[in-house]
Amino acid sequence: MARRDITSGNWAAAEAMRQINPDVVAAYPITPSTDIPMKFSEFVADGLVDTNLVTVESEHSAISACLAASISGARVMTASSANGVALMHEIFPIAAAYRAPIVFALVNRSIGAPINIHCDHSDSMAERDMGWIHLYCEDAQEVYDSMIMSVRIAEHKDVLLPVFVCQDGFITSHCFEPIEFLEDEEVKNFIGERDPMFPLLDVDNPVAYGSLALTDYYFEIKRQQIEAMKNVRKVYEEISEEFYKLTGRKYPIVEAYKTEDAEYVAVIMSSATGAVKEAVDKLRAEGHKVGCLRVRMFRPFPWKDIAEILTGKKGIAVLDRAASIGAGAPLFTEVKGALYDSGTIVPTNSYVYGLGGRDFFLHDAEKAFTDLINGDFSPEERYLGLRE
Amino acid sequence: MKLKGWKDLPPATVVPASTAEEVETGQWRSMRPVWDESKCIHCLQCWIQCPDRSIKTDEEGKVTGIDYFYCKGCGICAKVCPKDAIEMRPEADFI
Ligand code: SF4
Ligand code: SF4
Repeated sequence: MARRDITSGNWAAAEAMRQINPDVVAAYPITPSTDIPMKFSEFVADGLVDTNLVTVESEHSAISACLAASISGARVMTASSANGVALMHEIFPIAAAYRAPIVFALVNRSIGAPINIHCDHSDSMAERDMGWIHLYCEDAQEVYDSMIMSVRIAEHKDVLLPVFVCQDGFITSHCFEPIEFLEDEEVKNFIGERDPMFPLLDVDNPVAYGSLALTDYYFEIKRQQIEAMKNVRKVYEEISEEFYKLTGRKYPIVEAYKTEDAEYVAVIMSSATGAVKEAVDKLRAEGHKVGCLRVRMFRPFPWKDIAEILTGKKGIAVLDRAASIGAGAPLFTEVKGALYDSGTIVPTNSYVYGLGGRDFFLHDAEKAFTDLINGDFSPEERYLGLRE
Repeated sequence: MKLKGWKDLPPATVVPASTAEEVETGQWRSMRPVWDESKCIHCLQCWIQCPDRSIKTDEEGKVTGIDYFYCKGCGICAKVCPKDAIEMRPEADFI
């Protein structure tokens, strides 16, 4: 019998970690992800997990310890946010190249300055080319479920890549909502044991990681990572299907909400999706054919699925919770790129919203749709909820 | 040496242990240490200091010469030798 409880995104992530019982967690607290290692350290203190919890003096050390443990053969998890993520940056591409299947609860928070503890996606978007898988969750249930699925995806022999499980800081991480948990035994059976490929602790088969590869081999090693990333999709579909059979909860790579007959579609990620869906229902009741497309997987980017859903529409609004200062916003440029390959031109507006945790309201979502319906298109980036 | 394509290369930047033994670092050398047996007192200062394990010795621990497969020509051995038994000469002299 599934266990139900009221909990937050952070505690849901921590509960998943308790049930996963990783070999090593190395973490350093930073708002709004602090809750995760804090709650998890209680589990360690209470003897509920066998994990070696490594308390370190910085995020850089946390991810370094995680990486070393992971290539030693351990199952490893951690959490961070914002400037903590930025401090870890140097180690991220190394973890991906070493094919270290670390599962990372990333609680999205604005990168300073100015100092701001609230949500936007500037922290994870800055890491989008580091070779990690990026999943963006809409709610706490999805966070919990994604943490469990990600262990399998990351450790799959055709993938072997680290995963960011992103949730919106405070909005998802600290708000309480009803969640359905699996039994400990079900999680244990679902994730199985890690079967590491070249564990450093296998002293009978000694290997070296990360030695020099100059003009001779660097390029080939990057190509291997590209191939591993290409394999994610198939592996994700297998594992999410298995998870669906276990839980009844389905997590497609992109979630299409009333897009089939829609003329106008808004593309969005994470928690703000709820407001967009609300706007869709409201505008549909007024006779407008609108829909919402939520992008759950940002790396590898699902160009094909997005192009399939958006081809033939009359107008698209892409809503980004991060700016790429001096260029197009991250989700917008990817969506536009996906559409280019489909061979049809769909007018597309770019909206940046919610920076520094600025609230995103129903009327903001409606505004984006109203622009599309009115044929108000322009190449300039637009802003929702900004004071002029 | 034929270089491997990405499909044949071991993944994860992994290489088996001790592969440094196969790398001919001697190719990097622009100056060559030349050992003069008649001046050498076999104090092994050069053997201790050589960063590339390139001073060759026999079972009795006596210097027998220099391993040019690995010797990078850094000149440390010549610098530390108390008897000036090692002279650094440009590689061009040996072409
Ligand atoms: S340091 Fe000079 S004298 Fe001493 S062993 Fe080496 S070559 Fe011979
Ligand atoms: S030149 Fe440098 S590398 Fe070569 S034998 Fe002397 S100390 Fe060793």
